Amino acid sequence: MSEDALLVSDLHAGYDGALVLRGVSLEARPGEIVAVIGPNGAGKSTLLKAISGLVRPIRGRVVFHGTDVTGLPPDRLAQRGLGFVPQLENVFPSLTVAENVHVGAQALPRSARRKAVASVFAQFPFLRERGRQRAGTLSGGQRKIVALARALVAQPTVLLLDEPSAGLSPKAAEMVFAELEQIRERGIGIVMVEQNARRALALSSRGYVLDMGRTAHEGPGGELLRDPRVVQLYLGGLAADLSPRRPDSSARRDPRSRS
Amino acid sequence: MFWQLLANGFVTGSVYAIAAIGVSLLYGLLRLVNFAHGDLMAFGAFVSYLANVTFGLPMVLSLPAGMAATAALALVSDLALWRPLRLRRAGFMSLFLASIGVALVLRQMILLLWGPQPRAYDVDPFKVYVIGDVRLSLAQVATILVASAAIVAIALFLARSTTGRVMRAMADDQALAQLSGIDVNRVILLTWVLAGLTAGLAGTLAALVQGSFDPNFGFQLLLPVFAAVVLGGIGSAYGALAGGLALGVATELSTWEGLAGGVEPAYKPVVAFGVLIVALLVRPQGLFGRARIV
Ligand SMILES: Nc1ncnc2c1ncn2[C@@H]1O[C@H](COP(=O)(O)OP(=O)(O)OP(=O)(O)O)[C@@H](O)[C@H]1O
Ligand SMILES: [Mg+2]
Repeated sequence: MSEDALLVSDLHAGYDGALVLRGVSLEARPGEIVAVIGPNGAGKSTLLKAISGLVRPIRGRVVFHGTDVTGLPPDRLAQRGLGFVPQLENVFPSLTVAENVHVGAQALPRSARRKAVASVFAQFPFLRERGRQRAGTLSGGQRKIVALARALVAQPTVLLLDEPSAGLSPKAAEMVFAELEQIRERGIGIVMVEQNARRALALSSRGYVLDMGRTAHEGPGGELLRDPRVVQLYLGGLAADLSPRRPDSSARRDPRSRS
Repeated sequence: MFWQLLANGFVTGSVYAIAAIGVSLLYGLLRLVNFAHGDLMAFGAFVSYLANVTFGLPMVLSLPAGMAATAALALVSDLALWRPLRLRRAGFMSLFLASIGVALVLRQMILLLWGPQPRAYDVDPFKVYVIGDVRLSLAQVATILVASAAIVAIALFLARSTTGRVMRAMADDQALAQLSGIDVNRVILLTWVLAGLTAGLAGTLAALVQGSFDPNFGFQLLLPVFAAVVLGGIGSAYGALAGGLALGVATELSTWEGLAGGVEPAYKPVVAFGVLIVALLVRPQGLFGRARIV
């Protein structure tokens, strides 16, 4: 059928009767980054939660490698290879760095865990340096690395990321984005929600603009960046603004406590 | 006198610590303040009594019997009550009230089965061990040995075993644990088993040290056990162990004459809560608890 790793169609979901998603569709192929952008409260985080099973969809479908997985609990989806790095609560704070990685490996069959842990440790030297430190005592950027490692150790085929650059210094954010490109190289499909919409769209082969729980626009990242409506409404810029931008002018960083 | 009090404190404290571990884990994983924990301990003590006195088994066999029965009861309580409540997304207050209900039912059941009269295990109450100027009864010596071994085993289990690690991870963040591929219902069942085993152990040891016990004795242990949990930082597994030991030792040592004459032994519970209040004023999150970020 299709080569989609993840296919979401007409997804409806919400919290205790309050409908947040009212028909969202997206797809991600292996080795491709897709970006989801949109204003605060559009339902971006809810979309990731509904895909991963943390929030139960009311209508619509989530198809993972050709299998309908709509409404499966998160642990089953993780075992099938869906990884999710939430925005804020993304590490186990009272566990050490090494323990965080070990817990991430629980999604794998017992026999595969040791090797997967070793390979993630080899990939991120930081984990070895700080293996015995409690994750709750790390800086924001360091936490992101542990959070990524916690998800990657389960060898996901699709990775959902909620605002990977939020709260990071521009330099740390660039490191995370560089890491994501490497992850993509390995054939992992990435669905990324980002506040830094320009940077995200530039990295992505496709972008989706979410507004009021619906997909308002979609298209190749570069095209969305040039679409005057998208720029005006969602990128907070002037439509004709094609001048080279200062490095971080689009990074709206807001220290919200909600994820 | 100091060493005698320290030894007594360790005996009491280790019982608190072992019971507190279950309370803390249940809170960490389920946000359940288990008001029935004292009665779970009493249940374990009475099953041990059944094995020891009614069936005439030695304590070495009666204790595991009491622990196993308590674990089974805890397991059934999850399947029959707590899991359905979770599925209905019962809130904190509903869970708390339900646990009060379980406490009352358990206590009445124990009363019905064993009657209100005080009981005692079939152990020699007059056998005394003397080490230096410390005098310990057989029950105290047995408790020190068994409790030390148990505390080391529990701490190792939590620190090193995969299941222990997963339990701590779930206490930190249940959603993230699920996203990591962990079947939370399975881990919760294992937690109930651990809580039951430790409650049965603590209950039997407490009964053994006390000498005589009645169906209400578990409830009397509940407050100091809760205090130990809060002192250690509620939800923290290691904290519960430390909190229990600290509370037991502090309570007993408070009667030491070297300490400005010491307090009247009758005021020991007051001391326990004094320690708790002062500790919480200094460190509101408890010894091992995490400070709230928001
Ligand atoms: N746990 C929750 N319970 C109830 N309502 C929620 C919950 N989480 C989010 N919402 C509501 O759902 C809507 C969408 O929230 P969501 O977090 O998905 O938005 P978002 O696009 O990720 O926004 P942001 O850019 O602020 O992260 C908001 O109106 C929010 O108030
Ligand atoms: Mg969000």
